[in-house]
Parts: sequence; C-alpha cells; structure tokens
Amino acid sequence: MFTTISRIINFGLKNFWRNGLLSTATVAVTGIALLVTLGLIMFNFVTGEAISSVKDKIDISVYFKTTTAEDSVLSIQKVVESLPEVKQVEYINKDEALKRFKEQHKDDSISQAISLLNENPLEASLNIKAKSPELYGAIAQSLQADAIKQYVDKISYSENKVIIDKLTKIIDNVNQGGLVLVIFLAIVSGLIVFNTIRLAIYSNRDEIGIMRAVGASNMLVRGPFLIDGILNGTIAAILSLILAIPIIHFVAPYLKGFIPGLDITSYFYGGLFRLFLLQLLFGIGISIVSSFLAVRRYLKN
Amino acid sequence: MITFQNVSKIYNSHSTALEDVSFEIKHGEFVSLVGRSGAGKSTVIRLLIGEEKPSKGRIFFGQYEVSKLKDKELPAFRRHAGVVFQDFRLLATKNAYENVAFALEVAGRPQKEIDELVPQVLDMVGLSEKLNNFPHELSGGEKQRVAIARAMVHRPEVIIADEPTGNLDPLHTMEIVGLLQKINQLGTTLVLATHNKEIVNGLGKRVITLDHGRLIRDEEKGKYILV
Repeated sequence: MFTTISRIINFGLKNFWRNGLLSTATVAVTGIALLVTLGLIMFNFVTGEAISSVKDKIDISVYFKTTTAEDSVLSIQKVVESLPEVKQVEYINKDEALKRFKEQHKDDSISQAISLLNENPLEASLNIKAKSPELYGAIAQSLQADAIKQYVDKISYSENKVIIDKLTKIIDNVNQGGLVLVIFLAIVSGLIVFNTIRLAIYSNRDEIGIMRAVGASNMLVRGPFLIDGILNGTIAAILSLILAIPIIHFVAPYLKGFIPGLDITSYFYGGLFRLFLLQLLFGIGISIVSSFLAVRRYLKN
Repeated sequence: MITFQNVSKIYNSHSTALEDVSFEIKHGEFVSLVGRSGAGKSTVIRLLIGEEKPSKGRIFFGQYEVSKLKDKELPAFRRHAGVVFQDFRLLATKNAYENVAFALEVAGRPQKEIDELVPQVLDMVGLSEKLNNFPHELSGGEKQRVAIARAMVHRPEVIIADEPTGNLDPLHTMEIVGLLQKINQLGTTLVLATHNKEIVNGLGKRVITLDHGRLIRDEEKGKYILV
C-alpha cells in the first residue's frame, strides 16, 4: 500500500514536470479562474461595505415641540428603544441641537442671527436607527401613538419616505443581482477549468490505455492525475493571489473615493491566509473533481 | 493454458469478427496466428486479454475464465500476460527504463527487485546503452525491444504479440522474431499474430489460420497458406 502511494506521488510529480507545457497552460487557466473567484469575494466585500455605509446613513428623527419637558422626551426614548425594530436611539437635547447647528453653519450669518436671540429656538429630537431599512415604516407607525404624538412637532420619515424606500429597493437589488452574478461567474470559471483539465487528460488517453493494458489498477492510473490536480490547484492558488496584488493596489484608491472609509488592501492583506486557504480549497477541489471525472471515461475495459 | 470454446464475436448483423472458433494452446508452445487483415487475428487477441467480451462461447486463460472477468478484476489478470503491440504502446513521458519498470510497479513489486530486474532484461534485448532514452529518441526496432522487455520483465506465463513487426523493416523484423524465439525457449508460451509469410514459414512451429472470422486450419509445424 505504502509502495503504491509513493509510486502514485512519484508518477504524478514526474508527469506534471515532463508535461511541462500542458501543465503550465492548465495552471494558467486555473489561476485565472481563481482570480475571478477572488474578484467575486472582493466584490462581495465591497458591495457589503457599500450597502452598510448607505444603511448607516438612513435614520428618522422625531422633533419635539419646544414646550415638551425633558422627562417626557426621555420616557419616550425608553418606549422607542423597547421597540423590536429599533437598533439605536440617540437623544439630542436643545443645547446639543444648537451646538450642532452652530457647527454646521459656522460661516454663515444665520448662526450669528441665532446668537442674537436670547433663547434657543431649536427643538430636542430623537434620532432613530432601525435594524434594517424596511422597518422604518413600522417605527414611524408606532410613533403615531397618541401618548407620543401629543409632544411631537414633526417626524422626518414622512419627508424622507421616498428616498428610504428607494434605497431599500436598491440595496435589495444589489444583493440579489450580486448573488446571481457570483453564481454565474463561479459556474463559468468552474466549467472552463473542468474543460481545460478534460482536454489535458484527453491528450493522455493513449497513456491511460497503455497503463491499463499493462495491468495497472484503476487507482494507479487515476492517482497520478489526482496528484497533478493537487499540484495544479496549489500553484494556481498562489498564482492568483500574486496576480491579485497589483490589481488590488490599482483599484483601492478608486474604491476609497467611491465609498469613504473602504479599504480593500487591508481587507486583502488582513485576510490573506484565509483567502489563500479558500483559493486552495477551490483550486484543488475543482482540479481533483475534474481529473476524477475526466479519467473515469478512459477506465472502462 | 489457453482455451477458446466455440467463441463468436458479432459487432452487429453486418459485421461478424469471429465465428465459432475453438482451439487450445498448451504451456510452452509457440503458436502463430495468421490470416489476412480483417481475418480476426486482432479480435482473438483482444478477447484473450479481456479488452472485449465474446458474443458467444467461453475463453479460459490459466485459472481465469476471461469472458466472465469483471472490469475490476482485469488489471490483476493482465499481469499474467505480457502483450506486445504493433504500435509499441510505450508511455511517452517515461524513458526506456521506466517503461519496463512500470510493468513491475503496477504489480506492486518492491523497488529492490525492480532495480535488479530491469537492467537485466534491457540488457537481454540489447538496450543497456539506452536506458534513459525516451520513446521518441528510439528507432522503431528499439521501441519494440523496449516493449518486449516490458512484456517479459514480470515473467508472465504467456507473451502475446500482435503484429509486433508490422511497423518494422526486414532487418529489425528478424531481430524481433529472434528475440521472441529466445523467450519461448526459456519456457514462456508465445502467441504471435502476424501476416508476414516469411516469419511464419521460417519458424516451423504451430500455425492457426483464420479467414473471414473462421478457423480454417490448425497445424503443428504449419506453413502460411491462404487460398
């Protein structure tokens, strides 16, 4: 058994080396297919980040009449926080509101005008973030309860409803479209690798026939091809990561401009080991399955 | 050793490769299988090594009933025979030494035995200088000598040669036939399929003649005669 396995490994390594041109071509194709899967992983990360950065920007604000006591607002905050749809509620009192307003309008005359007033004209507000964008409708509904409504001056949801709905829809579409694209490209690259390996083994069909005629067992015929597959997958995984480095450095600044705070280089290098394992798994997996299936048809008789 | 019992091979209603063929080959015999192209020589050989199954009849090879072997049992069975083909069938990615060693490797023989036997056999076929040459670096006659070395290295009970000289010039042909005779003299049963008249007549051994899939003549010390 040990002799057979060591012979299989030996044959596999020798074949891989002696079929140099064929091995190189197969590794190149597999490497490019793996680069596509790597691209899909990065695409997933980028859309995920883009979606969460958009989601983060959606909120609704409840403005309270200036006559409302702070205690009432705080108790409403407690009620709102207890709603199942709500992720986070921020209380902005009148002073804080004024401070933020002044900060925003530092350079224009409007803040000076406000300073001239002896009282603070701004309203206290609750800034509400939902667990997911489609829940804002339900939250706005809950805020319509009489116990709350009597203190409320206005709710920003009605103003922003159209935008929120639109964003929710876009997010859903990006998620679904992304998934379809990922599945489609993964299948295409898988088929390309499968066909390449099939052709490589097709060119070895006479050798397989000879091995069988000499009395080689199926394991001894198939084994070296599986070793080739492992080698092919491993080298292709390394190759795809090496090819990815310049591409990622080239693309990163553009993406950063598109979504502030998005850093794919640190995502790439931070998860390099995990990505390598994933690529290795894909590469070796598809190579072995392809080899196995391709050799099978020459093992009859 | 080898028995064909009323064997027929029918591909379809228009094409009958063998019809009711029966013969027996004893241990140590040298049997020539002759006939024109398409007479059924290659079919007999393919049936004999289990590459195809007969449509009718039974085939025995040593302790095996070849016609009943399952796919999984074929490799082990084939190690009892050594086969030499017209087109050599050497592994292109292996050199002469490795091609011969392969026959022992598939049988799971230990490395020590391989290191000992392979150079001996290659020396016997006169190729001790070309151990490291790949098939594309060898002449036709040399390739066939590697193939014979591979067929005999594991000491099979029978060596089956299917038109082994079909692709060779007369000089190399005589060389190969001489080699086969030598192997037979050492006790190995030999089945030689050929349509080369000179070879058969020169051997003066048993001749089985096939014509249109039928066995028409089976003679000890036979000649190549076709009507």
